[in-house]
This record gives sequence, C-alpha cells and structure tokens, in this order.
Amino acid sequence: MSGKKILFVCRRSPYGTSLAREALEAILAGGVFEQNISVLFMDDGVFQLLPEQKPDSIESKNHLAMLQALPLYDVESLYVEDDSLRARGLDHQSLAPPLRQQIEALDNAAVKQLFAVQDTVVSF
Amino acid sequence: MILHTVNKSPFRHDALASCLRLIADGDALLLIEDGVYGVLEQQPLAGGIFDCCNRNIVVYALAADIRARGLQDKMPGHIIPCNDAGFVDLCCRADKTQSWY
Repeated sequence: MSGKKILFVCRRSPYGTSLAREALEAILAGGVFEQNISVLFMDDGVFQLLPEQKPDSIESKNHLAMLQALPLYDVESLYVEDDSLRARGLDHQSLAPPLRQQIEALDNAAVKQLFAVQDTVVSF
Repeated sequence: MILHTVNKSPFRHDALASCLRLIADGDALLLIEDGVYGVLEQQPLAGGIFDCCNRNIVVYALAADIRARGLQDKMPGHIIPCNDAGFVDLCCRADKTQSWY
C-alpha cells in the first residue's frame, strides 16, 4: 500500500465526547485517500469495541456499526492495548465480533514498536 | 438529600473520586453519560461504590447511557437502573443537586 504510515491513537470512550467519532471520520478519510493507516485502541478507547451498543435512546449514531466499516475502507491494521483491556476487566473475547477477528491485542513492547515504525501519529 | 451526578469515566477522571469523598449518608448517586463506566467491577473505585450500600446511599445508573455503551450485562446487583422519568423524580426529591463533571 502506498502513502504515509499513519497511526491513529484512540483513547476515549464513545458517546461521552465527540472525540471517538471524530477519530473515526479522520481514519475513514485516510482510508479513502489510500494512506497506510493503523489504529490503536487504548485507555478508555477500548470501550469503543464493546458489543451490544444500542444508542437509539440517547439519539446518537451507533459507533460500533461505523467501526465495522473500517475494513471496507481498507483500514485493516487494528490493534488494542492489552494492558488497557485488563485494567477494565476485559479481554480479546470481550470485543465485538466480527470486528475482533481484525483486531490484534498488543503487549507493551509491541505497542512501543508500533509507535516507532510510523511516519506520523495522530491522537484522539 | 443531595443528588450527586457523575458523568465522567473513573478510569480517566477524578470526578467519581471527588464525589465519593464528599457524598454523605442518605444522599443518592446517579451515574450518567460516561459516568456509567463506574458500574464496572474492575474500575478502581468499585469498592467505594459498593460501600455506599452500607451508608444508606442508593447508587443509580442511567439506563439509556448503559444501553448505548453496551454495558447491559455488566450491571452489578447493588446499582439500580434509572430511566429518564426516574432521573426527573430523583431531582424533584432532592434538596440540592451536585454535578461532578
């Protein structure tokens, strides 16, 4: 794949602020422009990946449904920080299928390596 | 009775910590918006939330925010789901409201 290696770091939970949604829109734009995108979910960002999100009664678009579209935009390098999952009582199996098959859990060393190989990092 | 509302996740904000320091016996605590992540057993202040039961403090979580975030299966028995009408009722019954944001 051509383009710059860009890592999007998603650290915020969905719905409470607009940051999760804004990150996703930037990621999808990057996909459309054929950049080499990786996405890391960490800290409260791991909450974006929980299944059974039903935001109709808070009059919000379903964040998980939008995340499921990432592979359609050729954004397939999806990662989650293992330490963030465990601190929240979660594991890889807690994440929403089928998206979780696209998501790789990384330990601390692997996360540092992911940062190291990027051209640019964008944090939300 | 003071109604305390907390709308921030306990994993990244001190709102719940400050609330639990100052909430008094007989008050009520309502978790809303990102504050509903406070229902999780693994959150650092889960013990403080559980202790509310021993202090005559009822802990509620706004059901719409629980559902939005997919936390329906993670509600412990000592936290009571509250709908919008219940939220209004809590506000009416309270002498004062303190918003922790």
